Parts: sequence; C-alpha cells; structure tokens
Amino acid sequence: MSNPSHHTAAHPEHTQGSAHNSRHFWIGSILAIVLTAVPFWLVMTGVLRDMQTTAILIFALALIQIVVHVVFFLHLDTRSEGGWTLLAFLFTAVIVVLTIGGSIWVMYHLNANMMPMPADGVAQMHDMSGNH
Amino acid sequence: MTSTSLTKTIFGRLTWESFPIHEPILLGTFIVVAVLGLAIVGLITRYRLWGYLWKEWFTSVDHKKIGIMYIVLGIIMLLRGFSDAIMMRLQQAMAFGANEGYLNAHHYDQIFTAHGTIMIFFVAIPLVVGLVNFVMPLQIGARDVAFPFLNNLSFWLTVAGAVLCMISLFVGEFARTGWLSYAPLAELAYSPDTGVDYYLWSLQIAGVGTTLSAINMVATIIKMRAPGMSMMKMPVFCWTALCSNVLAIAIFPALTAAFFLLLLDRYAGTNFFTNELGGAPMMYWNMVWIWGHPEVYVLVLPAFGIYSEITATFSGKPLFGYSSMVYATVVITILSYLVWLHHFFTMGAGPSVNSFFGIATMVISIPTGAKIFNWLFTMYRGDIRFDLPMQWVVAFMLTFTVGGMTGVLLAIPPADFVLHNSLFLVAHFHNTIIGGVVFGLFAGMVYWFPKAFGFKLDEFWGKVAFWGWVIGYWVAWTPIYIVGLMGTTRRVHHFDDPSIQPYFIVAGIGALIILVGILGFVMSIVMGIVKRKQLADTTGDPWNGRTLEWSTSSPPPAYNFAFTPVIHDLDAWYDMKSRGYERPAGGFRPVHMPRNTGAGVILSALALAMGFGMVWYMWWLAALSFAGLLVVAIAHTFNYNRDYFIPAEEVATIESGRSELLAAGA
Repeated sequence: MSNPSHHTAAHPEHTQGSAHNSRHFWIGSILAIVLTAVPFWLVMTGVLRDMQTTAILIFALALIQIVVHVVFFLHLDTRSEGGWTLLAFLFTAVIVVLTIGGSIWVMYHLNANMMPMPADGVAQMHDMSGNH
Repeated sequence: MTSTSLTKTIFGRLTWESFPIHEPILLGTFIVVAVLGLAIVGLITRYRLWGYLWKEWFTSVDHKKIGIMYIVLGIIMLLRGFSDAIMMRLQQAMAFGANEGYLNAHHYDQIFTAHGTIMIFFVAIPLVVGLVNFVMPLQIGARDVAFPFLNNLSFWLTVAGAVLCMISLFVGEFARTGWLSYAPLAELAYSPDTGVDYYLWSLQIAGVGTTLSAINMVATIIKMRAPGMSMMKMPVFCWTALCSNVLAIAIFPALTAAFFLLLLDRYAGTNFFTNELGGAPMMYWNMVWIWGHPEVYVLVLPAFGIYSEITATFSGKPLFGYSSMVYATVVITILSYLVWLHHFFTMGAGPSVNSFFGIATMVISIPTGAKIFNWLFTMYRGDIRFDLPMQWVVAFMLTFTVGGMTGVLLAIPPADFVLHNSLFLVAHFHNTIIGGVVFGLFAGMVYWFPKAFGFKLDEFWGKVAFWGWVIGYWVAWTPIYIVGLMGTTRRVHHFDDPSIQPYFIVAGIGALIILVGILGFVMSIVMGIVKRKQLADTTGDPWNGRTLEWSTSSPPPAYNFAFTPVIHDLDAWYDMKSRGYERPAGGFRPVHMPRNTGAGVILSALALAMGFGMVWYMWWLAALSFAGLLVVAIAHTFNYNRDYFIPAEEVATIESGRSELLAAGA
C-alpha cells in the first residue's frame, strides 16, 4: 500500500515462479554436497599429506559453503527488500570480521608481549635496549 | 539444623544482615525514599489514578507515551545518579590527610560504580531511546513503530533492570568494581558478595530491552517511512537514530556475551576470565570495550541529530551540507568499531596494535569536526533565534569541542600511558558526555516538550537550568582536568597531598551549581504546568519547524496523522507550508491501530523476580519466574485481539476540534 512501485517490481518474480526457485534449490544442494564431500575426502584419504594446507583448504571451503547457503537457501540477492537484506548481511560480515579478527589480533599480540619471561628475561630486555 | 537449611532454601543467602541498618547514610536515604514513595502511592490511590495509569500509560503501545515514560525513567534515575555524584564530590573535597571523609572505602566504591552504571544505562540510554521513540515515527510520517508491543516490553525490561539496580541500595549491596566490573576483580574470588550479581543481572535484563528496542527502531525507519520519503529525504535526526540503533544491535550482543561468561564464572565455576586455569581477564576487557566504545556513539549520534534539527529550525535555513552530515554519521558508525583498544593501550599490546587503534581514534574526529562546521555554516547568515534549545546547541559546540580535543590527546598511545586511569581521562569523558549527550538531551527535551504536552517549558527556569549546567560543568571539571594532568588517579576515596584539596573544593562547588541546573529543569517543568494556559501551543508548530512532527497538533492525536503525508522534499513540513498546505477537512477513514496489552509489564515483573532470585541464590524463585516468563510469552502469542479501528467519526471530531483551535489562534 505504501509503495505501489514495489508491487509491479515484484511481479515478474512471481510469474517466473517455482521453476526458478526449484532450479536454484538444486544448484544449491549439489554445491553444498560437493563442498561437504571434498573436505571429507581430503581428511579421509589424506591426499595432501600436509596438515596445514588441508586445514586452510577446509576453512576456505567452509567459507564458500556459507556463501552458497546464504545465496541459494536464504535467497540473498541484490533485489530482496530493495537491497536492505544484502546490506544488512554485508554489515554483519564486516562487524563479525572486525570483532573476531580484531580480538584475535589484540589478544595474540598481548600474549606475545605479556607471556611470563624466563628468570633472566628482564635483564635481557635491559641489555637489548642498551644495545640500541 | 533443618530449620537453617530450610531458610537457606527459601531465602538463599538473604539474611537480616543483608539489610544495611548499621549504615546511617543508607538508613536515612531509605527512610526518605520510603516516605516519598508512600506519599506518591497514597496520592495516586486517593485520586484513583491507578486505573488511569494502567490503562492509558503502563499498558500503552503508543510510541509517544512509551517515549515519555522512558524520559520520566531517565529523569528519575538522573536524580539518583546525581546524588551519587554529589556524595563523591563531597567526600573528595573533605578526605585529605588525617580527615578520612564521611564515607568509608567500601561505601565509596559502591557509589562510584553505581554512578557510572546508572548514568549510562539508566539515564543516558532511556533518555536517548525515549526521544527517538517519541520523535522519529512522527518525523517519518508513521502512526506507530514497527512492533508496538515489543516497544512496551523493551521499556518495562529497562525499568526492571533499573529497579533491580535500585533494590541493591537497601537489600545487600552494589558492585564495588567500577562501572564496567572488570575481571578478575569482578570474579567470585575477589567480589564474593551480591554486588556484582546485582550489576550483571540488572544490566542483562535492561540489555535485552535495549537490543529489542534497537531492532524495533531500525525496522521502523527502514519500512515505515511515508511515501516519497527516500533515505536522502529523511530528517537528520532519523538518520542518526538509524545509525545509533544499528550500532546498538551490533554491539549489545558482545556485552551480553561478556556478562554471560562472567556469570558462568560466578555461578557455574568456569574460568573464562579468572587468573587461574587459563582464564583470560583481558578478554573480558576486550569484549566489554567492543561494546563500550561504539556505545558512546550510540548515545552521541542521536544528540548530533537533535543539534542538527534545532540549528536548522532556529537559523531559519535548511541544514548546511545535509548529505555530508549523513555520510559523516555513517562513517562514524563504521569507524566506531575500530577504536575499542584505545581504552587499554597500557594493557601490553605492542606498537603495531597501539598505533593502529590510536590513529583510528584520531580519524574519528574528522567526520565529527565536519559536523561542527556544518552546524556553524548553517548558522552563518541565518536568521538566528536564541530560544532555549538554540542556547543549548551553542553551549554544546563550545563545550564538546574541548572534550573532543582532549580525546585526540588521549588517543596518542605515549600520552595515554601517562594519563591512563587518571582524573584527566575522567574529565575528558564527562566533557564529551555532558557537553555532547546531556546538553543534547536537554536541548531535545526543551525543543520537543510542547509537541508532547501542548505547552512550552517555563523560560526563566529553563534559563536557570541552562546556566546552572553550563557554568557548573566548567567549574566542576576544569579543576579535575588540572589535577588529572598532574597525575591524580581516579576511583580514590582519600588523598594524602593537601596541595590538591582546593581543586576538589572548587569541583564540589561546580557540582552544586549543576545541582541548581537540575533543580531549575525540574522547576521549569513544574512552572510550565502551572502556567500551561499562558505557555500553550495551539498551532502545533511553536518554533516554526521544518520537519513533519510539527505538522500535527500538540500533543498529536493517538493516530498521529489522519492521512499519511506524501513527501516531496527534505524538510517536508517547511515544503508543505511554503506550498500553502491546507489540512484535509473531510473524507476521513477509520484508522487501524494496535491495542494496549499488559503482557510487557507482567513479563518484566517476572524478569525482575528472576534477577532477584539469581542474585540471592533463591533458586526456586529464579526457576519459577523463568518458567513464568516462558508461559506468559507463549500465552501472549495466542492473543489475537491485538488491533482495533478508530472510527472515522472520531477522527473527524478530533480533526475538526483542531481546525477550530487553529482558527481561534489565527
């Protein structure tokens, strides 16, 4: 009622209807299965041998998995709710990255500077500053 | 044996010793509060107002009434928070050398904790939320907020938190850990009494209310703007309200999580923030300040919005640089997430971390400075009317700028190593919060009061309030800046060095001048009510305003707008006035409105009981009230009787009544 143009804009989406949605759903499902199967395969067979590479790869695939879920199952695109959904999602992503990344950075750094020193650590530090 | 275990089961750790009858100051306060409380209850009963209050106010889902109730809560809690301030100033003015002052350290620590907690959570937040609640839907041409019941629930949850915090004054004691209850001091090992539990539960309950309210306001601004009001035609106050509430949604979970982990430490024996067993107390600081710094902007952004509205109105000009104002607000919103570490530069991070957060902090002053220039350019060559709201704006610009500059000074990590935990810091944040937030709230309250009640505040007492606050602020905080710069630390209840006593005496005098300001504000309301006939506003537009709220009557009808306005321009009401807008005289239609409900009050009462039960280890009470919460919340979802129609005839009567009033005034 408040915005008549919204109705007309929404119309084509309705006529395309369920065919579009079910195709969307199948693509999403297949991608999700593949993205789950690949890490499983990586771990079970141990093809890469290197643990760290495997872990990084799994992490990357998990991130892609998030995007697949959000796009194909939660139907996040640039059009829904006039773009507000996408904006809210991006904002959330930015905040989560800032909060978690920032906390890890800060706490790791703190750890590096505040770990218990060996008994002669303080003396060493004095030496170091003397050398500079 | 069995009788003691029975009383333990029923009353938890609550015993007769929990009541502070041996503390004469608390006992005196209790008697005064009890007498005043009984007098108010007696008067309400005598004049049979309970039914009226329950039906028209407590259960109301009208955003205007909820806004007003928020502001009443904020003003009542301001009186409490300010009495704490006066007590601190008196103690610090006395306690030098042999004189121990009149407060022991135990009591003094509770007072400074309560002062900070109450002023931020139960004064600043309710006043800001209240103004946004009242003004924003009117400014966007809506009839209510997106979720009217949720709005009522949010308010009452905030009240429940405030009440729990106030109960600690007379039953048990409040935290002695500072306003953010840092771990590990707030852990059970160092604070075994009820203080920190009161603190945590009252803020958790109020925090739920604040989060829900923020979601409500964002949904309202995004979904309920009148047709034609694109985002860039929205009043600046709505923009700042949007950014402020988006911030609140994003940060309050961090605080809730930090408090929840601390509660687990205290109740379930976990070790998230303890010194032992791998606990990381600094993680608590980190999480709390991820909430804490953006929170400052949650409070000050709406105040910036208020200044923008008032400057434009009283300069008789559109706001200078509207879009730059909007972008500055958005930039501050994002940047405020990148600065939290400046609250603990000294905690041991290295130069890369400290310089990043130091620079980020300094960068924030750029959009803020841009705003100041925007206001100055709005005033430049404007037809300025120095009514009270405008006076507050000018006082803000002069005061806040100094606070901003000391903030940039503190943002330099090496300087912060010297000033950390000093009274210089305390003076800095009082400078920004009083000069930025409080002045803005007063400006807003004076500006929108006639809209809410149909008459202006008394001008003379309003001026007393203004000068009391402005002069009082400077007299109280300049000496604190000086002693802080000399190295005096905060949260100290006794000093050895007599040479700094004169500074504290001057600061105490400043606090008394602020007291005059506070009483002046109360008097301006009282005298406004007494002289309401003289000060009445029949036009609905007493200040020659520019935004949509001034197009309604004062006070606005329950439905706000008989017809949803169509917006063509920024400053919609000014545009309508200049195009010779005529109010529609007929063709009214029934108005669809949300119905009042008592569910919010009941849920919040149960939340309060649960909090009290948890604080005192009365597990049965906590469990019972929690179960009650779930039952009432679910039962409320089956309440389908949620809306009604105001008949067209009633709308016609109200609107024609206003037409007569306008004709009589013209």
